[in-house]
Amino acid sequence: MPTIIEIQSLVKQYPNLTAVKGIDLEIEKGCCFGLLGPNGAGKTTTMEMMEGITPASSGKILYKGQPLGHQFKEECGIQFQHTALQEFLSVKETLNFFHGLYPTPMALDEVIETCALESFIDNDNRKLSGGQRQRLLLGIALINNPSIVFLDEPTTGLDPQARHNFWDLIRSIQARQTTIILSTHYMEEAAELCDEIAIMDHGKIIAQGPPKTLLHEYFDTRLVKVPEADVSVSLDELGMDAIRYQGWIEISTNNVSDTLRQLLKLDINLNNLHIRQHNLEDLFLHLTGKELRV
Amino acid sequence: MKRFLAMLHARNLEFVRDRAALGWNIIFPILLVVGFAMIFSNENRELYKVGVIGEGEHPFLNSRYIQFIPEKDKASAITKIERHQVDLLFSHNEQHYWINSTSPNGYIVEKILIASDGPKLSKGTVSGKELRYIDWVVPGILGMNMMFSALFGIGFVLVRYRKNGVLKRLKGTPLSITEFILAQIFSRLTLIVSVSILVYVSCDLVLDFAMHGSYLLLLIVLILGALSLISMGLLVAARFHSDELAGGLVNFMSWPMMLLSGVWFSLEGAPDWIKFSADLLPLTHVVDAARSIMLDGAGIWDVGHHLIILILMTLVFLFIGVKTFRWD
Repeated sequence: MPTIIEIQSLVKQYPNLTAVKGIDLEIEKGCCFGLLGPNGAGKTTTMEMMEGITPASSGKILYKGQPLGHQFKEECGIQFQHTALQEFLSVKETLNFFHGLYPTPMALDEVIETCALESFIDNDNRKLSGGQRQRLLLGIALINNPSIVFLDEPTTGLDPQARHNFWDLIRSIQARQTTIILSTHYMEEAAELCDEIAIMDHGKIIAQGPPKTLLHEYFDTRLVKVPEADVSVSLDELGMDAIRYQGWIEISTNNVSDTLRQLLKLDINLNNLHIRQHNLEDLFLHLTGKELRV
Repeated sequence: MKRFLAMLHARNLEFVRDRAALGWNIIFPILLVVGFAMIFSNENRELYKVGVIGEGEHPFLNSRYIQFIPEKDKASAITKIERHQVDLLFSHNEQHYWINSTSPNGYIVEKILIASDGPKLSKGTVSGKELRYIDWVVPGILGMNMMFSALFGIGFVLVRYRKNGVLKRLKGTPLSITEFILAQIFSRLTLIVSVSILVYVSCDLVLDFAMHGSYLLLLIVLILGALSLISMGLLVAARFHSDELAGGLVNFMSWPMMLLSGVWFSLEGAPDWIKFSADLLPLTHVVDAARSIMLDGAGIWDVGHHLIILILMTLVFLFIGVKTFRWD
């Protein structure tokens, strides 16, 4: 697949803060790319530079090999983290307005159907629920049939059901071969949706690749979890690669059978035992070095 | 063009929906005009007023309860009789007097003049409707209303858009700054022109105020005036983020105009530097031009300099506004 957007040594310097410290990315056409990181990692600044909203202090952004220009504006769709809508307009009028700004927009009915806006189409913008609002904002981002869509933390603040609905929407955009650039701090979301992710911290990319490859690269073990209350011995007596975390003893192992045998030998109650693979959450904590596990 | 129309339509809808603001824009000036009419309708003039041209003696000039006002210029003095501002004009130089044939006061004062046993004077009559304060103040109030609508509707609203992020979202679309600003200007211009016409017509129905000139010319003054004031609002709207600061700046612009542009009182007789400052304000030219047209029936050549100044101001403000405008 050809590269649709490429950034080279991108830096954003604010008067007393360097928000982005030189990052390079190449994103393929049709890919769903996830930008992950804790709050303040520089995700939004990076996204806004790529969207042409915030000027970069140095570095290059190329869309289809060209600097961002009028063509990019006609072909990109944007959903900001906080997008204000004009007051006093209904959902339909808002869509109509954005529809009028593009040369070859998607038919309104198609937008309404894709984003399931029908049930509140005549409501005032100010009277939408969180999920409805995000769907409208996505509708606006899609209205120009974009080649590339930027979604900045689109599901933050949504309840689980609304989030799952939103994921379905994003999958349907993926099916159109639209490139998606998604920032999130929900690891589950990135694992569900993204073909490739980059983990950012302190303005830099600290790991990049398809989620599965990254997990393989960093973890070759399984995680066995037992409630702390069920373990009568100390960590030292346990004699395993184990830590205490949020009321659980977490044991990393590459031989689950051996570990279970040892636990049985120590007469530990296994009624509440969990065994799982490492997930992005673990990777994220591992990489960003947030000392959450101490 | 399509983008411009989309923006224009969205802005118009937004305004029409905002019933409170729309209502206030229409009702406020009407209340103001009607209120003034009521306050000034019972104006009791205790004295008769007689204008006197030249120096000399005449027994009439010793009459009691008549205020004698020296007049220098005959033409302007005659205008005063036409407007019932003086009841009779007395000229020593020509041994002549003028009264307004429609003025009851003029009739009485003439009787007093004839009854005084001085030399006979020749008589001239003029006619003309009484000029009330309300006739004088209506162009001012219409202008002031237009000023507030222009400055707040552009200056304040665009800053609010910037603050809450509406402009940032628009930056991510192909809409250009020029298209955006033109749409804002035309939306506001349409609104101001319609509201002004509505207010003018409804006040005229109640008060039947003076209009001696061309409606077309008055409309041109209205449009050019609105454009200059809207462009002035753009100066505030171009960059600021804080709507409180913008509100303050808009007030800072509007109060000098309220006081110096001749909305409520004439600056005749004020020091030259005040008159000069007033001439730097667009509203001064709007009110002066509208007043000349409505009260004196002035034609395009009489108010042409005001129109040219308004056009120049519009161009300067627009240029600065567009050049300095930022989405975020």
